[in-house]
Amino acid sequence: MKLDLLTSLYVFMLAAFIGFEVIRRVSPLLHTPLMSLTNALDAIAVVGAIILAGEFHPHGALLAKILGTIAIVAATSNIVGGFLITDRMLRMFKASGPKKP
Amino acid sequence: MISTPAIEHIIEITYLIATALFILSLKWLSSPATARRGVFAGEIGMLLAVVGTLLHHGIVEYKWILIALVLGTIIGVPLGEVAMTAVPQRTALSHAFGALCVTLVGTAEFYLRAPDVPPFMMGVLSMEVILGSLTFTGSLMAAGKLQEVLPQRPITYKGQNFVNLGLLGVAIIVAGVLVAHPEKTQLFPLIVGIPLVFGVMMIIPIGGADMPTVISLLNSYAGLSAAAMGFVLESKLLIIAGALDGASGFILSVNMSKAMNRSFSNVLFGAFGQEQTAAAGAKEARAVRSATPDEAAGILAAANKVVIVPGYGMAVAQAQHKVRELYDALTKRGIDVKFGIHPVAGRMPGHMNVLLAEADIPYDKLLEMDEINGDFPQTDVALVIGANDVTNPAARTDHSSPIFGMPILDVDKARTVMVIKRSMAAGFAGIDNPLYYLDKTLMLFGDAKNFVGGIVRELGGGHE
Repeated sequence: MKLDLLTSLYVFMLAAFIGFEVIRRVSPLLHTPLMSLTNALDAIAVVGAIILAGEFHPHGALLAKILGTIAIVAATSNIVGGFLITDRMLRMFKASGPKKP
Repeated sequence: MISTPAIEHIIEITYLIATALFILSLKWLSSPATARRGVFAGEIGMLLAVVGTLLHHGIVEYKWILIALVLGTIIGVPLGEVAMTAVPQRTALSHAFGALCVTLVGTAEFYLRAPDVPPFMMGVLSMEVILGSLTFTGSLMAAGKLQEVLPQRPITYKGQNFVNLGLLGVAIIVAGVLVAHPEKTQLFPLIVGIPLVFGVMMIIPIGGADMPTVISLLNSYAGLSAAAMGFVLESKLLIIAGALDGASGFILSVNMSKAMNRSFSNVLFGAFGQEQTAAAGAKEARAVRSATPDEAAGILAAANKVVIVPGYGMAVAQAQHKVRELYDALTKRGIDVKFGIHPVAGRMPGHMNVLLAEADIPYDKLLEMDEINGDFPQTDVALVIGANDVTNPAARTDHSSPIFGMPILDVDKARTVMVIKRSMAAGFAGIDNPLYYLDKTLMLFGDAKNFVGGIVRELGGGHE
């Protein structure tokens, strides 16, 4: 689905505003998990790498395959590692006693 | 067989759902109670998007994709299982991986499209690879410094800023030429290579205490480069994920800079460690009072309200579990124990919280600087463990101090201050800390883990 430049800029601007509003509310307590989670989400770049590595290219096919494959490895390790460690960290955060949920 | 346009619509819908889940994921992270749900939402979103992409009709060969996905998983699992003390370097490494992915895809896209690249496309493509490659080497350097493979101290030389800005300037000029003449493909390696060098040069003058800001900044760059990649690939999902990551890194960088009372440019171009060497010198030895674990235990046992202030020294000494035993021993005696966490304590945003949570200290006892500072005048004992500059009262009063104006934890307002420290050597910034010479301050010399363990034994607690 093709986007024109202006639509892309609109999408970027709106996402940046949402990002600021949502992330401002994250407690400083969780800033380390925040960073590892956004890192995992950012690795959605893997979709670009998958298309690059898998699509048919009339020329430059070898370059696309090699770079695309390495890019998938890098992004996938961020996805797997990022979600794993974020969840591990969050599991450790416990409130004291039942009085404060 | 479903028709191709139908599949393409299904893929777009998986992306739409993934986008919504990503935003919810960050929203749920706002509180520890819902945070794990946030991770789950992110995982589902990611899975949908990846599966959706694999259905893409244009994909003709799956072999390498699947090998890469498996290989990435094999690398990712150990990276998700590192010790909590290694989280800062793991985070820096993952910024490097993210940036590597973006740079490689950008490079391939250029060679596939050249010479037919419209100016705007060439502009964002240049931004993608410039930001991507400088983040790649910069993050590797940061990870190396954090892992102590590379020297932690800032390395500076004359004309450093000139060289660095010059490099970046040249890369931007080359990018400008490419925008005008995308057929000059021989120039493209320059906008990858020069930022790779710049990334290394940028981190060389950065010292350990500046890492929280630098990691946040690299996080922001990684996000922006991914968003630029979204522009190039015309993927809304990628633009949004990149913008969210960029916004997050930006907010954290601003927080960190504020907490150090410094500007971005000052962090990146200031080489903090260097300015201070002048300020530090020529200090004659002044008398301090010191105490043994036995005496410290006595004072703590007599207190009603204790605030513990942890710093990077606690992480280095791996003392968080002993601190937990101390917390238990004191709480059992009915003493109110809280933790005061400075935003830049440690090597990345939130570092101390994660270590203390790992040691099973309830998170509602971990208070931010602004929440705890009002409590110090009513506090009997402030126990500083491996923190230095963030407790330095000179930041409030001494206009000539290099850290003047930096918000600090007001431990000097507590009735008694105890500082666990290996020696009287100055902290990272090389600044003397007047806190140590106050009449109410007791210096507890020793390794944080052993000393806290000693106090716990005297209090009759501990698990030994």
